[in-house]
Amino acid sequence: MSAGKIDPMEQFMVEPVLGHHLSLFGYDVSFTNSALFMVVVFVLLAGFVSGGLKRELIPGRWQVAVEGMIGFIDNMVSVNIGEGGKKFAPYIFSLFFFILFANLVGVMPIAIIPGFHTFAVTSHITVTAVLAFVSFGIVLAVGLWKHGFHFLSLFVPHGTPAWLLWLIPPVELLSFMVRPFSLGLRLFVAMTAGHILLEVFGSFVVQGLNAGGPLGWLVSGLSFVMIVGVSALELLVCAIQAYVFALLTSLYLHDAVHLH
Amino acid sequence: MTDLGAMYIGAGLAAIGIGLAALGVGNVFGSFLEGALRNPSAADGQQGRLFIGFAASELLGLIAFVVSILILFVVKK
Repeated sequence: MSAGKIDPMEQFMVEPVLGHHLSLFGYDVSFTNSALFMVVVFVLLAGFVSGGLKRELIPGRWQVAVEGMIGFIDNMVSVNIGEGGKKFAPYIFSLFFFILFANLVGVMPIAIIPGFHTFAVTSHITVTAVLAFVSFGIVLAVGLWKHGFHFLSLFVPHGTPAWLLWLIPPVELLSFMVRPFSLGLRLFVAMTAGHILLEVFGSFVVQGLNAGGPLGWLVSGLSFVMIVGVSALELLVCAIQAYVFALLTSLYLHDAVHLH
Repeated sequence: MTDLGAMYIGAGLAAIGIGLAALGVGNVFGSFLEGALRNPSAADGQQGRLFIGFAASELLGLIAFVVSILILFVVKK
C-alpha cells in the first residue's frame, strides 16, 4: 500500500495467522486466515444447527428457525431432484449453509475494531472451485453408478433428429464439462466484485475526509451513503449466490438421477 | 499510445460487458414480474426457473469482469 492510496486487492491476501510460514515437503501448510475463517464458519454453522436439535414438543424460536431452514432445503430438493432426491438433502443443506455463512461472515463489518478484519472465504476460486468439483464429482459418481454407461445418453437429448447426431453430443458434452467452472466462477466473482466495490467506496470516504473542505465532506458523505446501500445489496447477493449454487447443484443431480 | 494506456482502455472495454449483462438480468426479472402479475398463482412455482435464468445471464457479466481483472492484473506490463 503506497502512501495515500488504498489497494482494493489487499483484503484478499492469504496470510499465516501466527505470522510465520510452516512448510512440509516443500508445500506451505501454515494455518492461514482463510483456514481460520473456515473454522469460524464451521463453528457458527454447528452452533446454529445444534441449537435446533433439542426435539422439544413445543418448538422455541431457535428450533423453528432451524426447522424452517431444513424444510426450505427439503422443498428445494424434492422439487428439483424429484424422486430419489431425499438422500442428497444433507449434502445440499451443508453446501447451502457453508456458502451462506461464509458469505455473511465475509461482509461483517468487524473491521471497525482496529486490528481485526474478516476474510471472505468464498472470494477465492481455490475454495469455490473445490466446492464446485465436489458437486460435479458427486454428479458423475451417482450417474455412472446408477446408470452405468447408459449415463452417456445424457449427451443425446430425447427427440434429437438423426441428421443432427454429429453436432448435439459434442455441444452437450461441452456444456456438461463447463458446469463446474461456471459454478465455481460465479460464486467467486460475485463475492470478489462486491468486496472490491465496498473497498473502493470506503477509500473514497477516507480520501474525501483527508482532502477536507466542503467538497471533500460532500464526497465522503455521499460515498458513505453508497456504502450502506451497497452493503444491503451485498447481503442480498450473499443469499442469492448461496441459493443459486445449491439450486444448480440439485438440478445437475436431477440429470444424474433421472437422465433428463 | 503506450502499452499501459492500451491495457487500461482494453480493461474498460471489457467492462462494457457487465453493463450488457445488467440489461439481461433486468430483462429476466422484468419478464418474470410481467408474467407473475398476469397469473400470480403460478408465479411461486416458477421461482427456481427465475433464478436459473438469473444465474445464466449474470454469469456472462461476471466473465466480463474476470476478463477486465485479468487484463489489469495478470497481463505482463
